[in-house]
Amino acid sequence: MARGGWFSRPSRNSGSQINVPEGLWSKCPGCSEITFNKDLERNLNVCPKCSYHHRLNLQLRLSLTVDEGSFEEINAAVASVDPLSFPDYSVKMKRDTAKTGMNDGITTGRAKIEGRPLIIGVADFGFMGGSMGSVAGEKIVRAMETGAAEAKPVVLFTASGGARMQEGLFSLMQMAKTSAGAARLDRAGVPYIVVLTHPTTAGVYASYASLGDVILAEPGATVGFAGLRVGNQNMGVKLPDDFQTSEFQFRCGMVDRVVPRKELRTTLSRLLAFFGEETENAQ
Amino acid sequence: MLSNPLDFEKPIAELDDLINELKKVSADPAERTEAVTNGIDIEAEISRFESAREQMARQVYANLTPWNEVQMARHVDRPYTLDYIGMIFEEFLELHGDRTNADDPAIVGGVARFGSRQVVVMGHQKARDLKGRQLRNFGSARPAGFRKALRLMKLAEKFHRPIIVFVDTPAAEANLTAEEDGISETIAVCLREMVMLTVPIVVAVIGEGGSGGALGIAVGDRVLMLEHSVYSVIPPEGCAAILWNDRNRAAEAAGALKLTAKHALEFGLVDSVLEEPLGGAHRNPTGMAAQLKQAILESLAELAPLSSEELINQRYERFRNMGRWIEVDSTTDSAIQA
Repeated sequence: MARGGWFSRPSRNSGSQINVPEGLWSKCPGCSEITFNKDLERNLNVCPKCSYHHRLNLQLRLSLTVDEGSFEEINAAVASVDPLSFPDYSVKMKRDTAKTGMNDGITTGRAKIEGRPLIIGVADFGFMGGSMGSVAGEKIVRAMETGAAEAKPVVLFTASGGARMQEGLFSLMQMAKTSAGAARLDRAGVPYIVVLTHPTTAGVYASYASLGDVILAEPGATVGFAGLRVGNQNMGVKLPDDFQTSEFQFRCGMVDRVVPRKELRTTLSRLLAFFGEETENAQ
Repeated sequence: MLSNPLDFEKPIAELDDLINELKKVSADPAERTEAVTNGIDIEAEISRFESAREQMARQVYANLTPWNEVQMARHVDRPYTLDYIGMIFEEFLELHGDRTNADDPAIVGGVARFGSRQVVVMGHQKARDLKGRQLRNFGSARPAGFRKALRLMKLAEKFHRPIIVFVDTPAAEANLTAEEDGISETIAVCLREMVMLTVPIVVAVIGEGGSGGALGIAVGDRVLMLEHSVYSVIPPEGCAAILWNDRNRAAEAAGALKLTAKHALEFGLVDSVLEEPLGGAHRNPTGMAAQLKQAILESLAELAPLSSEELINQRYERFRNMGRWIEVDSTTDSAIQA
């Protein structure tokens, strides 16, 4: 599979193992510089030298995004089964549950940003690549239904390799299911904001992640339709160096803003104000 | 006689060859006389081989593996969307263009008469020859295809006409141009908008139901599958590549993915599976079309009494409830009970 520029870029996947750096120092997957972990954390897990956005786990994401102490999880009890008896699926789920302490790759709940209430969902790539199976679909739809019922904006942070193939056709149907949720939000006139984080691809990008009223993206995130190993339709075509990144999608008109992590909370807050404030021109 | 036999159909094809040889002998006066003088009853032989062939065919097609089903679904002789449209509908008038920048021949659609009804019909279109395949992009739709499909669906909605969709695609196009043109977003918008359409939607998976490219036009009130069609979250080759770094293990992946029509029905994700003529739809296209027509008629009749609101609510609930999960006691540490 000749993918031209793809291979010349620093591999983000190789950096995945150190997304939450342990120990005192860590090597940046973006610039290969060694950074003092305290400096990295102080900088919101963004490399101070090259601005590489390290992946965040749930706790860090929440602490950087919502008002302190405002997060209350909902639907934590929804957990995966193995409907196809797919090879190694239960083993992988147990492994990643032990690793992350979560039932599945997505966490949803009520929270506030600068006092404004919202429904938030955060995907964690650390759990089976954030893939969308029945649990992710169910939690996302419930979050959207809660948002619609309570008229609270829904903000989803996406991070997913796509539909979870271990649940076969059930996973594919989560694309329709989450899009149905987005349709309901849309018709209810309730705001829906998507924040694309590294990586958001395939079935997730081609469903609820592309349906926000506003779509934001973190810098440098992989964002695109077909994964590397699934299709090789680009044989012989020179791909742009930033192919399938936030910046690429921004250029193509698919993303409203590429927002550095340190500006994300204020950007969300600005949008929530737009959606939420009573103004004179409101009917 | 089997044209383009698949590997597992070879024994049947060999019997066909034998039967043909015998028929030639039977038709040739000289050879026939010779056979008769040698004490061979040609007609009896032919009928003996024909019944052996029938028996073998029944056995072969009753024991297809998931990978065999993929092969059947991709068979080059299988009827495609336009074939079915020609056999099922009347006065089909194809309409073109996405009203943005292109017309994608990988999805065809238009208006047609279906019995006493005026309908909008559409589907992925494959082709059998090289030139046609290039034109149809192997049935892999680009963003323009999904935009055209959605535009035609909105046309149906505006004029209160039911929508009939045929699904037959390996996957949506995934190259640079498709990405630049927003393939993900166009699929997502199709999914969202189809949920809210106020007219009945009947979907038939006639060949390959290839992941998002298939589902993008398949959010239906009734979803039918032909016996030898498949519906999958990922092509088996892609699944094998991800799981084992080896595209050649596609057959194994097809088994693991449970992508057959039988499984989809068992999972409750489609409404019915239409039995195909022995050996597949391509062995008797008119028979298959007649059966498909009947099934679409019945589906439309069931949906006809529903109001727009009922349709939307039922469609929402249908897709909203898809999935298998459990609720565990979140206070315990051992959350997974798989």
